[in-house]
Amino acid sequence: MDGIADMGGTDGWGAVAAPTRDEPVFAETWEGRAFALTLLTMGRVSGQNLDAFRHALERLDRTAYLDDGYYGRWLNAAELMLTDSAILAPGAIDARARKLRGEDVEEPPVPEPNKPDYAPTAAGSLRTVEDAPRFAVGDMVRAKDVSPAGHTRLPRYVRGHTGVVEVIQPAALLPDTHAHFQGENAQHVYSVRFDSHELWGADAESFQLTIELFESYLEPVE
Amino acid sequence: MSTTEPTARIPASLRTEALEQLLTERGLVDPAVMDKFIANYETNVGPLNGAKVVAKAWTDPEYKKRLLDDGTAAIKELGFAGPQGEHIVVVENTPTTHNVTVCTLCSCYPWPVLGLPPSWYKDPAYRARVVKEPRKVLSEMGLDLADDVEIIVRDSSSEVRWLVLPERPAGTENLSEEELVPLITRDALVGVAKVQAP
Repeated sequence: MDGIADMGGTDGWGAVAAPTRDEPVFAETWEGRAFALTLLTMGRVSGQNLDAFRHALERLDRTAYLDDGYYGRWLNAAELMLTDSAILAPGAIDARARKLRGEDVEEPPVPEPNKPDYAPTAAGSLRTVEDAPRFAVGDMVRAKDVSPAGHTRLPRYVRGHTGVVEVIQPAALLPDTHAHFQGENAQHVYSVRFDSHELWGADAESFQLTIELFESYLEPVE
Repeated sequence: MSTTEPTARIPASLRTEALEQLLTERGLVDPAVMDKFIANYETNVGPLNGAKVVAKAWTDPEYKKRLLDDGTAAIKELGFAGPQGEHIVVVENTPTTHNVTVCTLCSCYPWPVLGLPPSWYKDPAYRARVVKEPRKVLSEMGLDLADDVEIIVRDSSSEVRWLVLPERPAGTENLSEEELVPLITRDALVGVAKVQAP
């Protein structure tokens, strides 16, 4: 998706916040509760997975993504996974919240759960791929210039650009299908190194950048 | 800026309480389990773990070699493993090369060694800008690098997680591993700061 979550290289965010030394892990109590609720319901209650969580995040609108900060977006993504799996009815959280603050609200009935037909083949995301890697360290590769409708971990700012394979990382399940419960489709993963001028033009700062790209995101450069 | 709150907006704190109540009353989550889960990330899983890894690497050349060869295994030697730490790659900062890490698509971060990410790491400004103008961003954060230092930005887009092995500062040659640990900050392990001598 080309949603709000794909932030690399976008403008208009202002200055970077200066780090502080002793920032609390959770600035407010609810943030810790939202963190725990998200991780404790993602698999066991919603029957979903980490990639589906990231897809839920990228489906949020600008308000839901930004306005309550990092754990606000976790809360909203958890709600999306819970309603997608029909553990909660749409609007159930808001109705309960209004009730908690004393409003007279009718709550939606609890729906019949409809979890995805999905089970992981193993814990975590690392998998074994029998086929040899298509690319070798030092190969020039191009990130495909595509704009997938569903989940992807191929950000816009590298699409269409050419880099060099720096490291072949352990193979892993493909988020693009795993997020949609369409199979793990494990692939080789490459750390690809890009020159800043390839990404941002002749006037850019000079630096190097590496990013992990799945094999199907890449095409050879002759 | 508007001075009135949109009437439809319910505070995240209240929505979180509502969600917890909805799930708890149906037995789908246990508040006591949540308490333990939260406390673990508030007290045990944090940047002190990463500082211990780095202090050991600075004082034990064999460990440093193992750490750069296979970060995940060397980190596990010290007992640190878990979610968001399936495959950790450690990269060394030197007088001529400076690595800095980010996750532009969400806020992926090596939890077993650094804990949960700080606010600036999750901030759109950092995520958006450090892959486009890292030297400027680092300067805004208080780290001015010499022009001849090569910057390598590490964007964590898969389950690979990056940990920076910062330079050991001059003037710390006589300090022990234990004395080095408190000098090593989270910011240096992400690459937005250097470790300072005491």
